[in-house]
This record gives sequence, structure tokens and C-alpha cells, in this order.
Amino acid sequence: MSFASRGEALAGPAEIRGRSLWQDARRRLLANRAALASMILLAIVALLALLAPLLSPHPYDAVYWDRIQAPPDLANAHWFGTDGNGRDLFVRTLYGARVSLAVGILATAVSLVIGVTWGAIAGFVGGRTDDLMMRFVDVMYSLPFMFFVILLMVVFGRHIFLIFVAIGAVEWLTMARIVRGQTLSIKGKEFIEAARAAGVPTRKIITRHVIPNVMGPVVVYMTLTIPQVILIESFLSFLGLGVQEPLTSWGALIAEGADQMESAPWMLVFPATFLALTLFCFNFIGDGLRDALDPRDR
Amino acid sequence: MGAYMSAERPRSTRIALGLAAGICLAPMGASALAAELHIANSGEPDTLDPHHVSGTWENRVIGDMFLGLTTEAADGSVIPGAAESWTVSDDGTVYTFALRDHTWSDGTPVTAEDFVFAWRRILEPATAAEYASLLYTIRNARALNEGSMEGMEALGVRAVDDNTLEVTLENPTPFFIEQLTHYTAFPIPRHKVEELGEEWIRPGDLVSNGAYTVVEWVPNSHIRSVRNERFYDAAKVAIDAVSYYPAEDRNAATRRFRAGEIDIQYDFASEQIDWLRENLPEETRISPYLGIYYYALNTRKPPFDSKAVRQALAMAIDREGIADKVLRTGELPAYSFVPPGTGDYGEPSYVDWKDMPYPERIARAKELLAEADHGPDRPLHIQLRYNTSENHKKIAIAVAAMWRQLGVEAELFNTEVKVHYNDLQQGDFQVARAGWIADYNDPQNFLYLMETSTGVQNYAGYSNREYDRLMDEADRAGEGAHRRELMHEAEAIAMEDMPNIPITYYVSKNLVSQAVQGWIDNTKDIHRTRFLSVQR
Amino acid sequence: MSAYIARRLLASIPTLLVIVTVAFFMMRIAPGGPFDQERALPPEIEKNVLAEYNLDAPLVVQYWDYLSGVLLGDFGPSFKYRDFTVGQLLATGFPASLKVGGLAILLAVGVGIGLGTIAALRQNRAVDHVVMATAMTGIAIPNFVMAPLLTLIFGVYLSWLPVAGWGGGAPRNLVLPVIALALPQIAYIARLTRGSMIETLHANFVRTARAKGLRERIVVLRHALKGALLPVVSYLGPATAQLVTGSVVIETIFGIPGIGRYFVQGALNRDYTLVMGAVITYAVLIILLNLVVDLVYGLLDPKVKHR
Repeated sequence: MSFASRGEALAGPAEIRGRSLWQDARRRLLANRAALASMILLAIVALLALLAPLLSPHPYDAVYWDRIQAPPDLANAHWFGTDGNGRDLFVRTLYGARVSLAVGILATAVSLVIGVTWGAIAGFVGGRTDDLMMRFVDVMYSLPFMFFVILLMVVFGRHIFLIFVAIGAVEWLTMARIVRGQTLSIKGKEFIEAARAAGVPTRKIITRHVIPNVMGPVVVYMTLTIPQVILIESFLSFLGLGVQEPLTSWGALIAEGADQMESAPWMLVFPATFLALTLFCFNFIGDGLRDALDPRDR
Repeated sequence: MGAYMSAERPRSTRIALGLAAGICLAPMGASALAAELHIANSGEPDTLDPHHVSGTWENRVIGDMFLGLTTEAADGSVIPGAAESWTVSDDGTVYTFALRDHTWSDGTPVTAEDFVFAWRRILEPATAAEYASLLYTIRNARALNEGSMEGMEALGVRAVDDNTLEVTLENPTPFFIEQLTHYTAFPIPRHKVEELGEEWIRPGDLVSNGAYTVVEWVPNSHIRSVRNERFYDAAKVAIDAVSYYPAEDRNAATRRFRAGEIDIQYDFASEQIDWLRENLPEETRISPYLGIYYYALNTRKPPFDSKAVRQALAMAIDREGIADKVLRTGELPAYSFVPPGTGDYGEPSYVDWKDMPYPERIARAKELLAEADHGPDRPLHIQLRYNTSENHKKIAIAVAAMWRQLGVEAELFNTEVKVHYNDLQQGDFQVARAGWIADYNDPQNFLYLMETSTGVQNYAGYSNREYDRLMDEADRAGEGAHRRELMHEAEAIAMEDMPNIPITYYVSKNLVSQAVQGWIDNTKDIHRTRFLSVQR
Repeated sequence: MSAYIARRLLASIPTLLVIVTVAFFMMRIAPGGPFDQERALPPEIEKNVLAEYNLDAPLVVQYWDYLSGVLLGDFGPSFKYRDFTVGQLLATGFPASLKVGGLAILLAVGVGIGLGTIAALRQNRAVDHVVMATAMTGIAIPNFVMAPLLTLIFGVYLSWLPVAGWGGGAPRNLVLPVIALALPQIAYIARLTRGSMIETLHANFVRTARAKGLRERIVVLRHALKGALLPVVSYLGPATAQLVTGSVVIETIFGIPGIGRYFVQGALNRDYTLVMGAVITYAVLIILLNLVVDLVYGLLDPKVKHR
């Protein structure tokens, strides 16, 4: 090791170790066939969702009076049929993908930001602050979560942006606990002591050393939270508290389709398949990530 | 609940499955000797106290328990109930009822005092009865209920003797006898209320004078009523016990119906209609229902203070399209506010463009919008509100698409029921879905919604002096052609001004098992259990 | 030990207080009240109704009244179900939810741990993927699709089981709701068990046990499982509380008179007291279950001592 890199090693060994951990993990992840297939599938779904307007001649809110609740019909380019209002289901499924994926990712991002910050600070600072912060988490945990989300929706209205915030505001709790646990186990490590000895301020230690090292379990948990959030949104849609018409989500489409299971099965089958596939993919990726990031696995 | 098979599978399979199911279900069939009816009610009642309810589903349970002065026959027509006969004074304001000899289910005689007690109680301001206004036809009722008069004895009802009740009205009211079938006019057991206070409605303590008495209520599971042996007509009552299940999830209730667990489902989900017509045609009962589905326009704020805008929006709606293609459950397109066939009203006052072909109406609507300065260069952006329900959503989507032809962009806004009505009552809306089911079979019950004095229920905030004058005169006119004419004139004015856009008239949609006899479709959708029987 | 329990219970009282306060004020912020409905109340009547329920008093007064009531065991009347007090509704609803939820958790624990262990023992082989994929159908299909599907198949087409209805809690009426409720939990528990079991199987003490020549089954069941179950146990605390306080979907579709619907319907109906009662029940349950979880943790993990 040259002088320069040794100096680097002293000042920021965490970064070097971090990088090789990620490279190692990436190799293992890509070797996991289920996870690999899932990532490809998800990319396809996301692509379809983005390109939705180009893939179908039908606007997502156009009503076709003579083709209400019609089965799949290639002649009219209704590949998935139409819904109870005569709107094309294929394009609506893809628009629903946009909403469901957006809600999933953004709500998880909200919970990530709040949860990681909260947990890292609580774990690292420790003492009274830690006690207070985690007490708050404990109290929040004892609130029936669904009721809370519903209340937030009811009080603040049903703008799609608020759905992210409402769900994220409830999901951050577990994230905070995980991050705090991880922070506690890292706190005692030598490189942290070294940074402290070198006079790095607490805030910088947290952001540049603690957080990158807890990201392992956090990333795993994130990929597992996204499908949960999508399901929560579908439950809200089922209750009638989801996105406003004419926007739609997989949950809303599935709730409509479930009522018509026997008379119009296409209304259920297509969005449900998309939902199931996406949830499977996220879960396989999450499992794969966890296997990949755990150094003790074979 | 025996092994009742639905009409879906071939006979041999049915027998085989029936045997298997019978073995599984055998313990349930132990009490099958008693004739039991299982009803999927459209909601859970708030209470069994007739003074604190306002829903059709509550009427089903309570209406089987209590007998008013008059009551509904199997076909919905008005027949004598607790009163055997009555006479009316010449000026039409004093009714004298001769009560029949009958008792409460605990043997205590039902007297005129029970009615006096009940009506005073419901109009007592402290009771805060939500629906007391229905009895405002009685002299001084309104003043007493609103608190501007004191002393309940001033109410225009008195017990001449145990079996004679005398009622004095504010004005001659043609629909008064009909009104007495409503639960707001039911008697309540005075002796029980005095003894138990608010606890008088507890199953177990509850006594009734009708065909049934509630004996068990497990909230959100079921309400069970058994026959009242002391009912004056008990000999003709075929069903021994009836259970009401609160079936808010209509599709789940339909599945129960198909499996034979439910004999009657009230108000099945409209979207099932195609499947039901194909698979359960005999059981699917659709019938005109006295009610109107409409969109209220907030006339207090622009752009809905402009008559041209209101008319344009009304014209652009293809009601036949909504009824035939979107709803498909036989609703009739509505071009008037009062449904045809209401009372003796005859043909209501339709809008004058009723027979104009749709494309012409669109063209005319565009002209109207341009006149009102909302042509293509200044398109309208409005908010269309509806409360959470599959049908409301479908209709709103369809209407928004229709309005788009005029260049109007309608933003759909769904809220839950409490918020919806709260905002409507505060006048915090632009266009909002509303509905009205008749309390009694008379056009006045619809038209009063647009009177200025009606208050918050007049969501549109419509106020037309001529309209008010005509309706006021009609109230005082007494039965007959003159009254009808006045109401027709008033309705015509309202249809010209268009504060509320009528969309469709309601239909009742029920599933009735073929084992049930005695069910007659009627416009009130009232089917008292005392007239029904089951043949399993 | 009992000192520990006492301390925990005492410490939970401020938690409960905060929860009650937050829920109380959040409910009141929501627009609309319990008496808004299609037929508008005339203003004079509305005034009387609000007065009858003390809803016209200042909010802080109402809060204080409610709190003092609860401390004496009076949860108040329900605003929607006039004939019942909240206490009565909880007393009839909670046992129903407990029955269904409790059975569901037992089922989920049994099947989930079983599946997860099998998957862990055959990690990354075909069995692993198949077992996990099957387990995951529980979360890939939302329960408002799964429940109607189950009732269609087993209730309508096959007529093996009642489509819905409580039947006083008869076993036949419990089968479908318990299964529908358990399916998502089986998935979570299976995955948790698998993950944790894999970790444990690589731990030193397991290697020691194997090196000692113990049979694989003893290694797994006696040694590895105990350690592997720790994350599952901590998950079970809140999961049980959630299941036991019912799922509104399952209750609505199967007609079960549980308390799950009180959270949702109560909030939508603005039935303030009922919602508060349900929230308090849930909070108490979570606190107790967390305590139980921590105690069980102590039993399973010898390194943890509760003083």
C-alpha cells in the first residue's frame, strides 16, 4: 500500500471497505437467478409504465360507450378488455402501474429519510436523547396504523402526494428501529473511534461513516417495504380512500375487478397479475440482497 | 338453514352435493320445523327506537315490529293498521281514528294514549329526533319542535278515550293517511318507556304491537325477531322467526344468497346485474322506486348562478346512455324532478327539451355556454363531487365524459359520506351528487326540497319567490286538481331554472329466493314479513 | 421478574395517555361529524343532538370528560349505535376478533415456521424457491381478493362451508376467515424464519453441535430453532395485536362481528367514542404483547436477563 493510499486508509477506511462490500454483494446478487430475473422483470414493468401513452391508441380516461365491460378484443386494440365505464384496461393498468410504483417508491423514500435520520441520531448520540427518541417510536407503534393512515387521508384530503406522505409517515418506525440497532453495533467499531479521535464532528460522523454502514439492512428492508406500501395503497383504494378518478392504481383496479370476478374476469386477472408479479419481484430482490450482503453466507 | 341448493348445477350433481352438504350442515337444521326467514339488510340499524332512525334498512326491522295507525299491505298500498277506521272533518283538518282492540306483546292494551305519548316524545325538542319534521303536518308540531312554543299539550293530538284518537292538522293534508304508515308515527309502549327509560328498546324488555318482536341483537352479526303471539292478526302470519344480517358488502351478501344462506337480499350491487339476469332471472326483482338521483348545482356561486350554464349542463347529459349502458339495472331517465306515477300527480312537468335528439341538445348546450361567456376560449373547469360508491363513481365518470363534449373539464372529487354531506350542507361545493327517496307517496315530498324555507336540505340554495308562493298555496289547497295544478306549475319553473339536474329515477333491486311467497314488487319497496311465507 | 413486569406496566401508562390524546384530537380535526347524513338535520334539532352528546362543549372539556370517564371504566356511548355503549360493543366484538385472530396466528405460526425451516434447510435449491414462492402468494394477492375467491370456491361452488356469517362462533364459520386472515402472515413468518434460520445454521454453536456428532434433526430442532425464532417472536408481538384487533376486510366479507371494523367504520362514521375505545384496546394489547414478547425473548435467549 502506498503512502497516499495509507493516508486514505487512515482518514476514510470506511469508504474503501464500503466499496468492496458493495462490489462483493453485487456479484453475489447477480448470481442469484431469482433476484436477477426479478430485476429484469421489474425493469420491464417500469418501462411499460413509463411508455404507457405510446403503447396504446386509447387515452386512459376515454369512455367507449359501446364497449362497456367488454372482454379483450384485438380488433379494437383493447388487449386487456374494458372496465365498467368502457375505458381501455390495458392503458389503465399501465397508468395504475405508475401510481402504484410511485406510491411504493416515494412512500418508502419518505420513510427512509425520516427513519434513517431518526435511528442513526438516536443510536449514535445515545443516552437521554436515544431514550426519548425511541420512546416516541414505541408510542407511535401503539397507534393502530391503518386508522392513522385513514385519519390522515380524511383530514388532509386525497391528493396523491398526501398518500405518499401518509403511508411514509407510518412506515418509518420500523426503519428507525433497524437503523438504531445497526448504529449501536457499529458505534463501538474502531474506525468510528478513529474518526472521533481525528476530531470529525458528530454530524459528519453520522452522515459519512454511520449511515453508509447501516445501509445494508436498510436497503433490504426498503425493497421489502415497497410491496407492503403498494398493498396498503390497494387497501386504501378498496375503502374508497385511494387516488381520485380518473387516476387509478392497481389496488383500485383490483378492487373493481374483484366484484366482477365471475362476469368479467379480465378486470381482475390482468391488474392482479401485474401486482402479484411486481410484489414477487421486490420480495425476491430483497431476499437476494439480504443473502448477498450477509458476509457469513456461503 | 338447510341444505338449500341454488339453481346452478345439474340435478345429479345437486343431489350428490346436497347429500354431502346435508351431512356437513346437519347440526344447523335442527330447528328447521319453525319457518325462518333470512334477510340481508342493506345496513346495520343505529337503534331500534323509531324516533331516532332515518334509513330504509332500519324501517325493515322496526316496521316488522310496530304497527302504526295505518300500515302497508303486501303491495305497498295503505291499509288500516292499529286504527280500524277513521273519519275526516269537512274542512279536512280533523281526523278521528277508531283504534282496534289489540295489545302489546306483553298483554298490555294498546291505547290512544300510546300514540299521544309517542308523538309528543318525538316532537319534544329534548329528544332531538332526527326525523321529527315529518310530523309537522300536525297542528303546532313545528313550533313545539323548534322550541318557539312551549307545552307539549298544545300538540294537535289527543286521546278522546282509550280507543279513540283525534288529530288536528295545520292544513288539510291529502297524504296524511299515507304518512301514518311511516315509522315516525308509530306508537311506543308508554308503560315500558316510563318504567325503563331509554332501556325500553333492549331486546328482552322490548315489547311491540306488530307481527314480530326483536329478541336478539348481536351488533354487526344479526338481529333476530320472533313472532308476536299477541299480534291481532297472528293467525295469518306464516313466518315464525326472521333474522336480519347487516350486509354492507353487497357482493358478499349475493354470494350468501347463491349458497342458500339468505332468502332475500335488499339492494344487490348493480354491477352484478348482467350475471344475475343470466343466472338467477327468477330471483332478480327490479321495480320502479320512488326516488330521484340528481346533481345539485350550487346556485350561490358562479358559474352556477347563470341559468344558461345550468341548462347547458343538464342538456348535455345522455340519460338513456347512463341508464342503458352504464347502470343497466332498469333505471328510467329522469327529465323531471318528481317521478311519474307519484300519488295522483300524473305526468310530471318535464323539461321542454325532453324530446330533442341528443346531438341537437349538445349543439344547443354549446350555444348556451357561449352566451354565458364560456365558449371554447374560456372553458369551464368545475368540480364534481360524489360520495364513495361504485354507482356514483360510474355515473360521475360518464357525466364528466359527456360534459367534455362541451369543452367543460370536470374534476372528479370523491369523499366519504360524512364529508360529502357536511360539505353539501355548508354549501361548500360546485356540483354534487345527491338523491332523495320519498317518505310518502306525494309530489310535495320531492318539490319541497327546492323551497327556500326548507333550509340546508335545499343544497342548491335555490330561491324563487314564485316557486315558494305556488308551493305554499298548494300546501293550503287541500286535495284535488287545483293542488296538482299548482305543483305542476311550480315544477315547471324549477325545470326551467334547473338548480338540480335530474339524472335517473331510482329502482329497487332485490334478490328474492324462489322459496319465498307473497313478495309483491312495489314503488315503496316495502315488504312486511307478516305477508310472506317460505316453502322450502 | 415481577418487578420488571410491574415497571414495564407502569411505564406504559404515559404511553397510553399520549395515544389517547393524539387519537382524540386527530379525530376531531377531521371534517364532518357523526350526525351528517343524507337527510340533513334541521339546525334546531342538530343543536339538541350535539348538546345531548356533549359535543358542543369546548374540546378540552370534552377531552377531560372522556379521560375521567375512561379511568372509571366508562367508554361512553357510541354515536352511531345508539342502543349500545362502547363498552358493550367492545365486549361483544373483542372475543369474536380474538377467536378469529388467535386461531389465525396459531395457524400462521405453525405453517410459517414449518415452511421457513424447510426452505432454510434446503437453501437456494428448488425446494427453497418453490416453498417460498407458495408462501408468498399470501402477500401477492390482497385479502379483499383472496377472501371472496375462497368464499366462491368453498361456499358457493362446492358448498363445503358457509359463505359468511358468524353463527355464534361455530367452527364451520371460522374456517375460511381464519385461513384468509392467516395467509399473509404465513408468508411473512416463513420468510422471517427462513432468513433467521439460515443465519443461525451458520453460527458457531450450531457448528459445534454438528461437530459433536449430533443428529441433524436434533441440531435443528433443539439448538438452531430456538435462536432462529428470536426475530419471529419480536415480529409476533405487533402482528398478533393486528390480527386480533381484526381485519376490517375479513370481518366485512365474512360478516364477523369483530372490532376491526370499528377502526375503519368508526373513523368514517366519526363515531368518536367507539374509535377511541378501539384505539385504547389496541394500544393495551400491543403493550401487553410487547411485554410477553420480551419475556419470551428472555426464555429463548440466555444472554437476555430481565431485572
